[in-house]
Amino acid sequence: MALRNKPSWELLAEPDLSKVPVEELEYDALIVGGGMAATGTAFEIGKWMPAGSKVCLIDKAAMERSGAVAQGLSAINTYIGENDVADYVRMVRGDLMGVVREDLIYDLGRFVDDSVMHFEEWGLPIWKQKGDEGKSLRDGGQPVRTGKWQIMINGESYKCIVAEAAKNALEEMGYDLHERVFIVKLLLDANKPNTIAGCVGFSSRENKVIVYKCKVMMCACGGAVNIFRPRATDEGKGRAWYPIWNAGSTYTMCMQVGAEMTMMENRFTPSRFKDGYGPVGAWFLLFKAGVTNSLGESYAFSDAAKEELAKYAPYGLQPVTPTCLRNHLMLKELKEGRGPIYMDTAAALKKFMDDKKAGGMDEKALKKYWKELESEAWEDFLDMSCGQAGLWASMNIEPEKVGSEIMPTEPYMLGSHSGCCGIWVSGPNEDWVPDDYKWGYNRMTTVNGLFTSGDGVGASGHKFSSGSHAEGRMAAKAMAKYVIDNAGFAPALKESSEDLKAEIYKSVVHYYAHNMETTDDMINPAYIRPRHMMERLMKYTDEYGGGWSPYYMTNKKLLEIAMHHLDMLREDSDKLATSGLHELIRAWEMTHRIWCVEDHLRHIQFREESRYPGFYYRGDFPEADSKSMEDGGWKCFVNSKYDPETGEWSTFKKTLHQIIPD
Amino acid sequence: MPSYVIEEKCDGCKGGEKTACMYICPNDLMILDPEAMKAYNQEPDQCWECYNCVKICPQGAIEVRHYADICPMGGYVQPMRSSDSIMWTVKFRNGNIKRFKFPIRTTPEGSIKPYEGKPEPGPIDDGLLFTMAGQTLQTP
Ligand SMILES: Cc1cc2nc3c(=O)[nH]c(=O)nc-3n(C[C@H](O)[C@H](O)[C@H](O)COP(=O)(O)OP(=O)(O)OC[C@H]3O[C@@H](n4cnc5c(N)ncnc54)[C@H](O)[C@@H]3O)c2cc1C
Ligand code: SF4
Ligand code: SF4
Repeated sequence: MALRNKPSWELLAEPDLSKVPVEELEYDALIVGGGMAATGTAFEIGKWMPAGSKVCLIDKAAMERSGAVAQGLSAINTYIGENDVADYVRMVRGDLMGVVREDLIYDLGRFVDDSVMHFEEWGLPIWKQKGDEGKSLRDGGQPVRTGKWQIMINGESYKCIVAEAAKNALEEMGYDLHERVFIVKLLLDANKPNTIAGCVGFSSRENKVIVYKCKVMMCACGGAVNIFRPRATDEGKGRAWYPIWNAGSTYTMCMQVGAEMTMMENRFTPSRFKDGYGPVGAWFLLFKAGVTNSLGESYAFSDAAKEELAKYAPYGLQPVTPTCLRNHLMLKELKEGRGPIYMDTAAALKKFMDDKKAGGMDEKALKKYWKELESEAWEDFLDMSCGQAGLWASMNIEPEKVGSEIMPTEPYMLGSHSGCCGIWVSGPNEDWVPDDYKWGYNRMTTVNGLFTSGDGVGASGHKFSSGSHAEGRMAAKAMAKYVIDNAGFAPALKESSEDLKAEIYKSVVHYYAHNMETTDDMINPAYIRPRHMMERLMKYTDEYGGGWSPYYMTNKKLLEIAMHHLDMLREDSDKLATSGLHELIRAWEMTHRIWCVEDHLRHIQFREESRYPGFYYRGDFPEADSKSMEDGGWKCFVNSKYDPETGEWSTFKKTLHQIIPD
Repeated sequence: MPSYVIEEKCDGCKGGEKTACMYICPNDLMILDPEAMKAYNQEPDQCWECYNCVKICPQGAIEVRHYADICPMGGYVQPMRSSDSIMWTVKFRNGNIKRFKFPIRTTPEGSIKPYEGKPEPGPIDDGLLFTMAGQTLQTP
C-alpha cells in the first residue's frame, strides 16, 4: 500500500489548467507595486492623465502594509528643509564613492519636501523643536533633526497613512486597485519594438491568472533580499534587515524586457545591531553613541584608521567617511581579532543625563527627562524593528546599562537607501542635464513606456521613503505625458493568454505529475522546491560572490564558479515544484532573485576594482580607482543589458558627468 | 521570531470573507484552517516579526515568540493599537516590565481627502508636481 503524500499548503494550486481561468484586462496606465514609490505615482497620476483614462495599481500584498515601510519607520531620512539641494547631491555623491547620476539626485532633492509636507497633512506625526509644537512644516515649523537630512517621526502608521492617501486618490479618479496579485513578468508589444505593452500575474487567493495590457507602466517593486546567505539561522531566518518580501522583482522584470541596468555591482551591507538588525541611525545621530572594539578603543578615530582610509584616497579622505569605508574599518577590527564591536549606548545616555545635571536640572525634572529619553530610544525600535526590542527583552538588555554588539549584515540590493543599484533611466528634459542622460521622459527606462522609481532607479541612492514617494510622483507626470504623446498606440501582446498561464503554472503541473513517486513531499528526485532552491542560491552567492562568510571577498575565479552554479540553478528552475498558491509566489520570487543576483555578479566581474570596500572586495583588484573612463579608469558607470530577442547579455562602461561642483 | 496564534482566542474572524491577519501579512504567511476555523502562520521562518498581524487581530489572538534558535526564553513585546496611538508592553526575561505609548496619527482613519484644497495642475511640460502649480522650478 502506498503512503498518501499530502501537499503542504492550505490554499492548493490547481494542476488542471482548464480549471484555472485567465482574466484579460486593458488599462492606459499600470502601476506595478504598492510601496512608497508606487503610492506616490498613484497620488500624482490622476491629475495628469487624459480624462476618462483607465489606471490600475497592482500589489502582491495589501497596500496598507506592504513594502519596506510595512512595519513603520522612526525617521524620514530625506528632508531638505533649510539645506541647499546642491549639498544634498554632494552628500550622496560622497557616500556612494563618486559614481552617481547627479541629475536624478538634484531633481529628487527639489521635490522631496512636498511629499513630506503632504505626509504631515495626511496625519503623520512629525517631531517638532521646542516652541514649534503644533506648527506644520508647511507653516515653517522646525522639525527635530537627527542629522543634516533626517527628521524624527512617530511613524508606526507611516505606510497606512501614505497608502490611504493613494487609495483615496485612486478611488476618487475611478481607478482600480488589485491587491494580492503577484506580477511574474512584463510583456513587450508585438508590433512596436522595445515598447512595453503589459504584464502578467496570478492571484494568491484563488486559482486565476491575469493578463494586463497597458500603454504605459510604472514598475516599482522594491529591492532584493534573501539573495545572500543570511546570518540568521533556522526559525530566525526571517530576520533580515531589509523586508524579507522584496525579491528583486523590479530589477528582474525590467531587465528581462531589455531595460538597461546600471551600477548593479553596488550592494548595501548595513552595520546593524547584531541578530535583531535594529536601526543604528538614531543611536549614532540623535544619541551620539560611540562605537568601540573589544579593547574599548574608539577605533574609527585612531591613527591606524586614518592610515587605512588614506589608502582609499580621495574617497577615504572626505570630511564624512562613506558608509562602505566605515564598514571597512569595522571589518578590519573584526579580522584582526579585536571584535566584537560595541555601540556604547550606556555612555551615550549617561552623557545626556550628566549634561542636564551639570546644567542644574533638579531631580524631579531629571527623572522626567530620563523617561522621555528612554521612551525615544525604545520607540526607535518599536516603530520600525520590533524584533530588535524583542531581542533586547530576551537578553535583559537595558541600553542605559550595557552596550550592544553591532555587525555588518548580509548584502542586499536596493537603490533608494544607502545603495544605488538599479535601472538606467532618463533624467528630466532640461538644458542643464547632459544629453546622454535624457531621452524625453523623466524616469523612463530604455524601454519605451516603462518607468521606474524608488529602489528601481539606479545610480541615485539616499532617497529613502520620502524621496521614493516624490520620485514616484515625478515619474507619474512623465507617464501621462508619454500617454498623451502616444495617443494612437494600441498595445498588442506577442504571447497568447493560454501560453502565459501554462508558463506561470508550470511548477504546479510539475509537482502533481511527480508528487506520488516518493513518500516524502520534500524529497523527490524529479523536482526541487522553492525553499531548497533559495538555500542553494544563498549558499553559492555567499561563498563565491562575496557574502559575509568570506568577509565579503571574491575574485575572478570565484565569480566564474558562482556563474556556473547560477547556470545550473537556472536550468533546475524548470523543475521547480509547488503545491499551493503561497508556494507559487515563492517559486516566482526565486526566479526573480536568481536573475537579479546574476546581474549583480556580472557587474562585479566586469568592474576590475573594489569600488565599495566594506560592501565587497575583489581580491584580485583591491583598490578603488579614481581615474575616469576616458583615462582608462573605473570612475564611471557600469551598465548591462539583457537582449530579450537573442538571450544575450552585454556589460559596458558609461561616462560619468559631474554637474554640481565640489 | 515568528508570530503564533493563541487557539482559544482566535475565532477565525467569524467566518468572514477574509480574515484580518490573512489580509494584512505582507509576506502572505497567515492563513485560516477552514475546518478548525483557526488561523496559523504557514511559513514561520519567513516571518519578519513586523507585528502587522498582531496589531490587526480583533481578538488579540496573535503574539510573537522570539526565535527559539537565537533568543533566550522569556522576552515578550506586545502592542495594543488604537486609532490614534499604540501602547507597547515590553517584558524582559528577568521579569522587568516597561510600558510605552506613542501617537501614530493626527487625523481620523479614512479621512484623507488627497485632492481637497489643492491647486489645479499647471502645464504638463513645466516639470512641476501638481501641488506646486505656479511655483518656479529650481535648477542648479
Ligand atoms: C529596514 C529599513 C529601514 C529603513 N529606514 C528608513 C528610515 O528610517 N527613513 C526613511 O526615510 N527610509 C527608510 N527606509 C527606506 C524606505 O523604506 C525605502 O526607501 C522605500 O520604501 C522604497 O520604496 P519602494 O517603493 O521602492 O519599495 P517598497 O516600499 O519596498 O515597495 C515595494 C512594493 O512592491 C510590491 N511588490 C514586490 N514585488 C511585487 C510583484 N512581483 N508583484 C506585485 N507587487 C510586488 C510590494 O508588495 C510593495 O508594495 C528603510 C528601509 C528598510 C528596509
Ligand atoms: S485576525 Fe485574529 S481572530 Fe482573525 S483569524 Fe486571524 S488570529 Fe483569528
Ligand atoms: S509578524 Fe508580519 S511577517 Fe510575521 S506573520 Fe505577522 S504580518 Fe506576517
